[in-house]
Amino acid sequence: MTDNTLDFEGYTCPVPIQPKDTVVLGHGSGGRLSHDLINRLFLPELGQAAPRALDDSAVLTIGGERLALTTDSHVVAPLFFPGGDIGRLAVCGTVNDLAMVGATPLALTCGFIIEEGLSFEMLQRVVQSMRDSASEAGVFIAAGDTKVVQKGGADKLFINTSGVGRVPNGVNISGTNAKPGDVIIISGTIGDHGIAVLSEREGLGFETDLQSDVAPLNHLVEAMLKAGEVHVLRDPTRGGLATTLNEIAGQSNVTIVLQEQTLPIRPQVRAACEMLGFDPLYVANEGKLVAFVADKDADKILAEMRKNKYGEDAAIIGMVTAAGVPQVRLKTAIGGTRLVDMLPGEMLPRIC
Amino acid sequence: MKYIDEYRDPVKVKALLDEIAGTITRPWVLMEICGGQTHAFLHHGLDDMLPKELELVHGPGCPVCVTPLEQIDRAIAIASRPDVIFTSYGDMLRVPGSSVNLFAIRAKGGDVRVVYSPLEAVDLAANSPDKQVVFFAIGFETTAPPNAMAVLQARQRGLNNFSVLVSHVRVPPAMEALLSSKTNRVQAFLAAGHVCAVMGYHEYPTIAEKYHIPIVVTGFEPVDLLRGVLSAVRQLEAGKAEVENAYERAVTFNGNQPAQQTIQTIFMSVDSKWRGIGVIPMSGWGLRPEFAHLDAETRFAVGEIITQESPLCIAGEILQGLKKPLQCSAYGKQCTPQTPLGAPMVSAEGACSAYYRYHR
Repeated sequence: MTDNTLDFEGYTCPVPIQPKDTVVLGHGSGGRLSHDLINRLFLPELGQAAPRALDDSAVLTIGGERLALTTDSHVVAPLFFPGGDIGRLAVCGTVNDLAMVGATPLALTCGFIIEEGLSFEMLQRVVQSMRDSASEAGVFIAAGDTKVVQKGGADKLFINTSGVGRVPNGVNISGTNAKPGDVIIISGTIGDHGIAVLSEREGLGFETDLQSDVAPLNHLVEAMLKAGEVHVLRDPTRGGLATTLNEIAGQSNVTIVLQEQTLPIRPQVRAACEMLGFDPLYVANEGKLVAFVADKDADKILAEMRKNKYGEDAAIIGMVTAAGVPQVRLKTAIGGTRLVDMLPGEMLPRIC
Repeated sequence: MKYIDEYRDPVKVKALLDEIAGTITRPWVLMEICGGQTHAFLHHGLDDMLPKELELVHGPGCPVCVTPLEQIDRAIAIASRPDVIFTSYGDMLRVPGSSVNLFAIRAKGGDVRVVYSPLEAVDLAANSPDKQVVFFAIGFETTAPPNAMAVLQARQRGLNNFSVLVSHVRVPPAMEALLSSKTNRVQAFLAAGHVCAVMGYHEYPTIAEKYHIPIVVTGFEPVDLLRGVLSAVRQLEAGKAEVENAYERAVTFNGNQPAQQTIQTIFMSVDSKWRGIGVIPMSGWGLRPEFAHLDAETRFAVGEIITQESPLCIAGEILQGLKKPLQCSAYGKQCTPQTPLGAPMVSAEGACSAYYRYHR
């Protein structure tokens, strides 16, 4: 070792690899790869008629009435997880997408893609869960479709739901509406769903009493809209709060500053994230919303949210500080500042 | 949360920052060896809170960054075989080989799985008798004990369908290689706390003395990091070159003996190639001859590996602390976490990805 000097044998680096010839799992992560796919492929081919296609629902004006329209496919393993199942997820996901443009959900459709071999008992439990969730949200399931594929053609059960809702007069909510001075509110603890589902997967070796937060948020949204001026609503699902806030920062061209110590995070979620090397900001939620509201109404809206069972832990977590630079920054608990980026691809456990 | 909150206490952090600022009188260059520490500095925004006299350079302690390209290409070749279930720690899947990464192999139908522990791969082999299960055993002294344990268990359970593709490296030889380089700028080391939790720090006094450099065993939380920095700065200002332990709650002088014995049972010291740095004598671990039958490299003769390197990326200089990510012309342009030119942009412990995530 003594006389070993470093040889700079070419600053080793491979030729660039861009996953452009095939779709990889990261394209479905909800993070930056997903956005690239949407922006480079789907929007140029299909998006001409939908100027606000990046919101959770499209808002169409039909005969003087504004209707919200959305669709969402659900592929979760395992089908049943602590606090929920794929059926509740499928109903709540679409109800929430409608609610995030301020719409009152009216009706859903559902499409089942079933792998042969799925037990009727399991399917029935999923469907009953859908019925219960729809009833809680106050929507009905108006139409459906069933396809069965051969063993290996799908993973047990995939469900697509589409939904239609009515946007009340005077309500104008979009990811493009964030303004400097807006106060940012999260409706409760972050990361519950992602960690609850993860804890059920094989091999991670941790047990938790954590429940998924999957829930319909339309009644919470109704209460918020009555309480004050709401500019943006979004449910931070895949990709987590960090990705959602980056989307909004981009859509509205604003800088967002979060306060780390105000983020509501359950101790179990924190512990699991510390152990696995995840950041709770990137972990999925299924029953949370983030709202950008007018400063003057923030306290009123927050108080109203806390009266709802799905908003009990609501908290103010930051604000929009400036226009012109689309960026999300975090004031850390110890007083530092750092950037918060989108989830780049798949979220992976750290090595050591 | 216990063991977290008290080490992220803003009051303690402020006190340590004040003490560092009050101690430092001139510029010093300090290297944190471990990529986990690089990320912690940036994740907590600590880098901008330190006195400007103090320059942090980021060390080679990023397991996936230093795994040689040949070995990644070999992994890709093995993972492409229809009879193989290839298992790996997550980060490794995204690292580009010469042409593709392991994710791309999975997308093309290869059975590539992320495991959190190598023992999962052993169980997988027991439960998949018709398949060959290969575990990509990479990393520093931190991952060596569990990886060694996996080999030991596979042998005890008589699993003929389990093997490991080994690419293990050790920290102290890399520190010596950096210090003996003509281009070295490092004046003090923050030694990697988790590596020392396994190995202890009995190897360091010789290095500190020989190169007259302070070495401080340092943890990963803000208070830990700042205690390490403060000790190093105090030594530098006083002209000392000692080994100190600022991570007492996890590290002892001799380290974790059973873990070291497990490593010694399975592995022996070998010359090892570090991606971006080169071959460092006796800097890695290879399987002992009695475990050669569990070596994926011999089990799957994948033919000659010819690697394709590009001169665009400066990973080598980054890993040696000679340059910062922001000094790379490709950083944030051609090279992003979605389109990494080099491993430091890929890994959760890579310096480039840390800058990209927290610091643009």
